[in-house]
Amino acid sequence: MADRVTTVVVGAGHAGLAASHFLRSRAIDHVVLERGEVANSWRTERWDSLRLLTPNWLSRLPGQDYDGPDPDGYMTMTEVIGFIERFSTGAPVRTGVNVERVERTEEGFEVSSSAGDLACRSVIIASGACNVPIVPDFGELGVHQVTPFDYRHPDKLPDGGVLVVGASATGVQLAAELRASGRHVVLSVGEHTRMPRRHRGRDVLWWMHESGVWAQRYDEVEDLERARRLPSPQLAGGADVDLNTLTAAGVELVGRLAAVRDGSALFSGGLRNVCSLADLKANRMLAGFDEWAGISDRVVLEPTRVPGKPRLRLDLRSGEISTIVWATGFRPDYSWLDVPVLDDRGRLRHDGGVTGVPGLYALGLPVLRRRRSTFLHGIEDDARHVVDHLALRLSGTFDQSVSEAR
Amino acid sequence: MTTTDNGVNVQALLDAREALKGAPEAAQFTWRATSKWDKGVHSTTTIKNFYGLGAEQSHKSETVFAADHPEVFAAEDNGITPIEYLLVGLASCLTAGVASVAQNRGIQLNSVTATVEGNHDIRGILGDADVRNGYNDIKVTFNIDADASPEDIEALVAQSQKRSAVFDALTNPTDVTVEVA
Repeated sequence: MADRVTTVVVGAGHAGLAASHFLRSRAIDHVVLERGEVANSWRTERWDSLRLLTPNWLSRLPGQDYDGPDPDGYMTMTEVIGFIERFSTGAPVRTGVNVERVERTEEGFEVSSSAGDLACRSVIIASGACNVPIVPDFGELGVHQVTPFDYRHPDKLPDGGVLVVGASATGVQLAAELRASGRHVVLSVGEHTRMPRRHRGRDVLWWMHESGVWAQRYDEVEDLERARRLPSPQLAGGADVDLNTLTAAGVELVGRLAAVRDGSALFSGGLRNVCSLADLKANRMLAGFDEWAGISDRVVLEPTRVPGKPRLRLDLRSGEISTIVWATGFRPDYSWLDVPVLDDRGRLRHDGGVTGVPGLYALGLPVLRRRRSTFLHGIEDDARHVVDHLALRLSGTFDQSVSEAR
Repeated sequence: MTTTDNGVNVQALLDAREALKGAPEAAQFTWRATSKWDKGVHSTTTIKNFYGLGAEQSHKSETVFAADHPEVFAAEDNGITPIEYLLVGLASCLTAGVASVAQNRGIQLNSVTATVEGNHDIRGILGDADVRNGYNDIKVTFNIDADASPEDIEALVAQSQKRSAVFDALTNPTDVTVEVA
């Protein structure tokens, strides 16, 4: 007979711990199961130099603000881990427990883990949005390949040039770091989100926050599916980094990696257009901030400088590069979830964190309930709402109250 | 917005996108052309049928395309050069995209002209192994008169490239099989 608990939270990152915060405040009996340690992916799946993209003053969790000496700085990974660890105080976390299977039962769910089985009425999936690096399959390439999960520092790669594939936050940061270490770096650029670190002297995330863009609800977003798939913006915690700073540093820009044929990487000839799209969009975003602020003149970003003749082909056997870094995105892992709530592309179907299966919830996914959902300070509203919904269900007053809760 | 009329039935396209979400197999199309050698480098290609939405389909009528090479190539110039057909495809695809995106965004178009130039070093097809056979680069210039800001017009053209089948086919490699039946 399995042990019983009312609610199981899967994952002790900031999302699972925020769920626990609100479950505790409602005295709902629960456990947080964590495969590793608290803040596990921050400890084990990040490169050395990474800093949080959000400035410290905005990095807050329910009941816990940043109170250190540098409100305008950006936390290192050690600081993020410390911040989340502090937030875990009092949460019923069981570390080193790997959830192997969740299935439906008459009363709710059965959660099978490396530490035994648990029967519960509700489950909150807070296992993260970035569990598995997405790597396109081009077969055997004959060069060293790493994902952002394996990459730590330029010195750990074999000598030689590097092809970085992907120009979201990860790709541009790693390209900058590898180039600064003295390597030849080629950056393959597909659709991307350009975002200057600062606008009119303030952090761009200050504008996102203050203008209300970030608080926009998921059910007000025009194309939600697209918003949820948006690549992470070209930001770094600190220094400015965009395609122009990379070009100035000597990084060679090429188009999206389209295919590998006869040992050569073939790049799309559409580089100029993806840069135009990103420039137009970034300028629209800044214009939106200015409109909100009542400023009538406009700041227009320097257009992305695209090479006159971007290279379309790179011979992977020539020795020009020794390593490919796949900064091509991540996906969640739901292989343990034996409940039919995934769509045909393996994504979790949910309405603002509430799945179609009674008692099953999610937190910590892109634009879950607000545009800011995946940022530290975005979890508070989401977790409160999801736990409110969960509590209503448990109290049996769900049916008549659900419309008010929305 | 409701008065915008570029002659594109955007609603039908949006409905189709929605319908195909539940039926990806119906989205699989096969386009076909049949070409017949006439004489010299002159050939005639006809297009009538295609496959899509799970069934054989037909254009309202058959279209015939003559391809040849100009007299400076010592040919009879019975039609345009095959590589020029790529320009026809690119220009018409991007223009269709501009009209559709404009309709969807409520932008009234008054006139749209696209000029396409493909730069081609013909030493490649004459056997110089160091020169590429195909275009070295292609440049499209749009002249658009529309009830919209220059920035909105730029965004139209950018979005049209993003959704263009021919732009994709020209800028990305495609696996091509040629066999003898």
